[in-house]
Amino acid sequence: MSRYEAVIGLEVHVELKTETKLFCGCSTEFGQAPNTQVCPVCLGLPGSTGVLNKKVVELAARAGLALNCKIGAYTWFDRKNYYYPDLPKGFQISQVFRPIAYQGYLDIEVDGRDKRINITRAHIEEDPGKLVHSSGSIMTSSSSFVDYNRSGMPLIEIVSEPELRSGAEAKAYLEKLKAILEYTGVSDVKMEQGSLRCDANVSVRPAGTAALGTKTEIKNMNSFRAVQRAIEYEVDRQIDVLEDGDRVVQETRAWDENKGITMSMRSKENPDYRCFIEQEVSPIELSDEWIEDLRVTIPELPDARRKRLVAEHGLPAYDAGVITSSLSLAEFFDATLEKFPDAKKISNWIMGELLRLLNARGMELGESKITPAGLASLLKLIEKGSISNKIGKEVFEAMFQEGKEPAQIVKEKGLSQISDEGQLTQIIAEVIDKNPKSVADFQSGKEQAIGFLVGQVMKATRGQANPGVVNAMLREKLAE
Amino acid sequence: MTVSEKDVEQLAFFSRLDLTAEDKAAYTKSLNTILDYLAMLKELDTGAVEPAAHVLPVKNVFREDSLRQGLERELALANAPEVEEGAFVVPRIV
Ligand SMILES: [Zn+2]
Repeated sequence: MSRYEAVIGLEVHVELKTETKLFCGCSTEFGQAPNTQVCPVCLGLPGSTGVLNKKVVELAARAGLALNCKIGAYTWFDRKNYYYPDLPKGFQISQVFRPIAYQGYLDIEVDGRDKRINITRAHIEEDPGKLVHSSGSIMTSSSSFVDYNRSGMPLIEIVSEPELRSGAEAKAYLEKLKAILEYTGVSDVKMEQGSLRCDANVSVRPAGTAALGTKTEIKNMNSFRAVQRAIEYEVDRQIDVLEDGDRVVQETRAWDENKGITMSMRSKENPDYRCFIEQEVSPIELSDEWIEDLRVTIPELPDARRKRLVAEHGLPAYDAGVITSSLSLAEFFDATLEKFPDAKKISNWIMGELLRLLNARGMELGESKITPAGLASLLKLIEKGSISNKIGKEVFEAMFQEGKEPAQIVKEKGLSQISDEGQLTQIIAEVIDKNPKSVADFQSGKEQAIGFLVGQVMKATRGQANPGVVNAMLREKLAE
Repeated sequence: MTVSEKDVEQLAFFSRLDLTAEDKAAYTKSLNTILDYLAMLKELDTGAVEPAAHVLPVKNVFREDSLRQGLERELALANAPEVEEGAFVVPRIV
């Protein structure tokens, strides 16, 4: 056991799935040319006043309910004042004093142990613009370019209690959070597009003590894996500092993915944001009835769905966990199951071939051409013995890329399994003729020689023969 | 509660204002006058009163989530001191 305990809290910023920004009608579309989604409101031009996007309130409350939060009946916005070029007004509109959602939790499982992580709050705020550094690095450029397309996009910031104890727990928390937000349709939760961003507050303390150590804030992590690695690095670093008799400095540190280390960015001297109530946006009052009406629209969440797959379809808990970690995958599974009622087979193909191809190509399920109906047809072909499992994988890859019907691919590529005994008999006779040594070996009792002969037949049929049938026919022929 | 000239300097820094010595003295004096005046509110027991989130009795002023044409980029950038690649150019700030 380590003599130290890590104390980790996460701040996760999630972009809400709206058409328009928080206080103006500018588009929230990702990846447009700089400063083409701007107006006087999100540029902070004098005299402009925004009006709150109703959809934001609904999505934020949805997220809160899905995260088991209480929903504030009466909440409002506040100004957080600071100067930075990405913030055109000189303040960020956020919910400092009264978050729309608070006191929630989510459950994670790490190394077979369940753990509940409490959520302090989830509040609505506007995203700042984006700074691009002219020479690519923040440290070396002489100037920065500002793109305000992102300025004013609606975010919720979800703050966990400092109850995470390891990088692995932090990663599990993020995976669960992402799944819940995806299931509820609150956000696209695409880390690579910045619609989910995570900062970690990390400190260590002697195991068994209650007082919190000095914390650092870790930024610049671009994947869940990076969050885990950065936290693990930072915990070790802080322990080393303490072991050397030094003190941890309160600061913001940036994760360097290539070097695998965190580096000091700036000291954090508790900035004074001089927060006060935003008077130009109206407060939000939500009735119990409105909240309850919203609550019933929350769909089945990942945990419940996972349990259902285990209970109703007998899937192993691990399979069910993988499949329900993403809504699109879970829906793909259900749709395939409607047409091919063997849950475990489907799960094997999803976890094996489908996820393998998606990961290898860095693709989302929606970007591939495979359909649940297609997978079901493929599994039927294999079940009928029309093609082998091995050929099935080849067909799957073609379906994944081209989206054709499996039967059509089998026909076009001539992959149909040779179970015509007449055709096989001839090939087997040829193989026996050409390999007298292996035949003699087998006949003198060397059992493994049959494997070589089967392999030769498979080769001659370009893998289209049924190996079981070939094996049986070979033995019969050699016994003559 | 009173503010010192040091507080005023700090406030001026936050607001990016450049104050002369006379300005500082004058603002310190007037800010303290205002604070003295407001101090009378402290005599009231406001423990059970909700903070005033808004000076007017308004709530739930929403707009629908529908697109509205913003500014053309040229217009958006018209007042920028420096422009490059469609972006505002600012000095590097870490
Ligand atoms: Zn705008």
